[in-house]
Amino acid sequence: MSHGAGGKASRRLVEGLFAPLLLSGSDGALTDAAHIEIGGAPVHFTTDSFVVKPLRFPGGSIGELAVNGTINDLAVSGARARAIVVTFILEEGLSSSVLEAEVRAMSAALSRAGVAMVGGDTKVVERGKADGMYISTAGIGSPIFGITIDARTVRPGDRVLLSGPVGDHGITILLARGELDLEADLCSDTRSVLPMVEALAAEAGPGIRWMRDPTRGGVATALNELARDCGLGVELLEEEIPIHDAVRGACELLGLDPLHIANEGQFLAVIAPEYADLALNALQQTEGGDDARIIGQIREEPANAVLVNTRYGGSRIVDMLVGDPLPRIC
Amino acid sequence: MCLAIPGKIIELISDQHQVGVVEVAGVRRKVQLGLLADDLPKTGDWVLIHVGFAMSKISEVDAAEQMQLLSMLGEAEQAMEEVRGYGQEDGVSLREPDFRN
Amino acid sequence: MRYVDEFRDPELITRASEEIRRLAESERHYRIMEVCGGHTHAIYRFGLKDLLPSNVELIHGPGCPVCVLPMGRIDDGLAIARESNRIFAAFGDMMRVPGARGSPFEHKARGTDVRIVYSPADALQLARKNPEKEVIFFAIGFETTSPSTALTLMSAQAEGVRNFSVFCNHVTIVPAIRAILDSPDMRLDGFIGPGHVSTVIGCRPYEWIAKSEGKPVVTSGFEPLDLLQSIIMLLQQLKAGEARVENQYKRVVPWEGNRAALRAMAEVFELRPYFEWRGLGFISQSALRIREKYAAWDAERRYDVPETRVADPKSAQCGEVLKGVLKPAQCKLFGKECTPEHPIGALMVSSEGSCAAYYNYEYRKSLVTSITAVA
Repeated sequence: MSHGAGGKASRRLVEGLFAPLLLSGSDGALTDAAHIEIGGAPVHFTTDSFVVKPLRFPGGSIGELAVNGTINDLAVSGARARAIVVTFILEEGLSSSVLEAEVRAMSAALSRAGVAMVGGDTKVVERGKADGMYISTAGIGSPIFGITIDARTVRPGDRVLLSGPVGDHGITILLARGELDLEADLCSDTRSVLPMVEALAAEAGPGIRWMRDPTRGGVATALNELARDCGLGVELLEEEIPIHDAVRGACELLGLDPLHIANEGQFLAVIAPEYADLALNALQQTEGGDDARIIGQIREEPANAVLVNTRYGGSRIVDMLVGDPLPRIC
Repeated sequence: MCLAIPGKIIELISDQHQVGVVEVAGVRRKVQLGLLADDLPKTGDWVLIHVGFAMSKISEVDAAEQMQLLSMLGEAEQAMEEVRGYGQEDGVSLREPDFRN
Repeated sequence: MRYVDEFRDPELITRASEEIRRLAESERHYRIMEVCGGHTHAIYRFGLKDLLPSNVELIHGPGCPVCVLPMGRIDDGLAIARESNRIFAAFGDMMRVPGARGSPFEHKARGTDVRIVYSPADALQLARKNPEKEVIFFAIGFETTSPSTALTLMSAQAEGVRNFSVFCNHVTIVPAIRAILDSPDMRLDGFIGPGHVSTVIGCRPYEWIAKSEGKPVVTSGFEPLDLLQSIIMLLQQLKAGEARVENQYKRVVPWEGNRAALRAMAEVFELRPYFEWRGLGFISQSALRIREKYAAWDAERRYDVPETRVADPKSAQCGEVLKGVLKPAQCKLFGKECTPEHPIGALMVSSEGSCAAYYNYEYRKSLVTSITAVA
């Protein structure tokens, strides 16, 4: 199954199999977190799982991905994470120091974000399974006042905001696997985006239409999902998309598209035009948001698709990721 | 075919035969230099890399000459426009840049 | 990025585009073929067709080594690698190319040990690191890549790395160009010559195209300014009624080629009497095989090769698209049964294949906008 990389295959699995059978009471559009009510109080609820090789990499580890990933899913759904539970699936023979290191990393990430870990479970599977460790989390959060996320409220003219440079995480992992013999001073961008989302809400809350964290499948996949959900087009300006030199170099070398590479510490937001400058400013004033940019806008056409305008006057459609991003030599 | 990228040799690996390290926009990779055995590159040279092998040295002189020719495009035409403007249509004849070698 | 960004300067691109408009005679319709798949990809990626006048038409050639590889060869390579102590190593480009029994990726999901490598040297390293396994490197490519495979085999022999072999599918570019020119339906005015193949073979091998066929050839680089400048050079020749070989990619391509690379190729490879090209049929003296001296590292001699032959579905028109006789959109299966998600032919899977390039860059646009696709 090539469904793990995000993109078309994953989406088909969720829409075609899970949603019809398992999701009842949802209004159709797939979002990062579910909105439910408990005793009249609105609550956001999300789950995610983390499978990464190697377990530790420059900038972080699987444990941090798990914590930040859940906090971020809740943040981009407009909620402040309150509590997380975690399940570890451990490969038999995994060294206890590796496990301890992950638990410490998670504890530190939780502490930084002010979120509590309120429960968890562990299972051990036989040697040869689980690549050392798989982690699954579920998180619950309370809505941030003033944000409503709904793709149906997106209008032509809305601006597309990106919090920072693309591709750091995915390329870091690719390099860390050591199979391609590339080295660069790069690290994963894993972090909580909650502070930036809260700043955005404070300065430009009424202007926020939609948000998403572009993890597996990258910015292209997230924006294609948006385009489909709102029935409009997303037009990006290639030269506005922030990218570190080393990510660009690795992508050129390997023939990869940075828009398809996973990010673990970024988010996209669609903002009403009258709030766009306030929103950008809010991000750039927040720690870690200096590279935030307005990378494009919503248009009528190309409906349901994402168009990238290159610097040279040409343009191309960028689709969701099909399969895994593969290095090429041709 | 296809994907080959310019990179700078930043190191020659002394204990490996004809192997160096090349850097492309901050990304470093080992590169095999055996195809340039007749004129091995030195640290600081730019080479064209394809599937982890250096294929050719990049000539800075030829690159600069090419940029020069390209930047002259349209200038001959502009100059002619200006000359026409002085009422000297049949006066100066300016040749367009000739790339042919 | 140096030696890349300056050749993408938007101001100079505009000027080059205007120069082309100025040079192209309005009563003429120019048909120029870019042979190399890498050029096809660059043309689409940079939207260069939008920068050309309508009477300058670019025709895509067959220089995509993945596209011309017959499906059966993929099945053969994977069949050899199926044993549990064997590793199939190939470039990323190969991973989704379908054989009759699935692509390398699909075989991986079914248990074959399939690894992506960026370099043949990496495949040899896999063999050194896994002495109990046998590594089979699935080699593809034109003359750009063959010398690297050759050097790798020489290293394997020199070091005595026994658990390494190469399944060789290297092909040569000149016979492909000959096949195009021999095609009765082809009317071409000139060629954008392969850029990186030429760093190895130089520019001389194209002289017969100019002398015997009377068509100008300009060896070109891959950045937008390289391609536009090459088109300018071709138009200048055509305007003057000339037909010569010129080297636009001088900063990298030596006229005489790379002697060390040619020596390595001659040391390790010899020409097969004939080889089957997907879409073009059997062409003599067009492909490489490993010499007797390196037989121990030749996967075809070491293992039983099933010699699978798979015919393309009759409805697929890969051959005609490869030769430039048909445009991708004119193939009956294009966009319907054959898309990047479920490709019927390699032209749709390979990133250099004209069908994939056209689909991803132009066709999608025409589906969703009022922008008419430029085929």
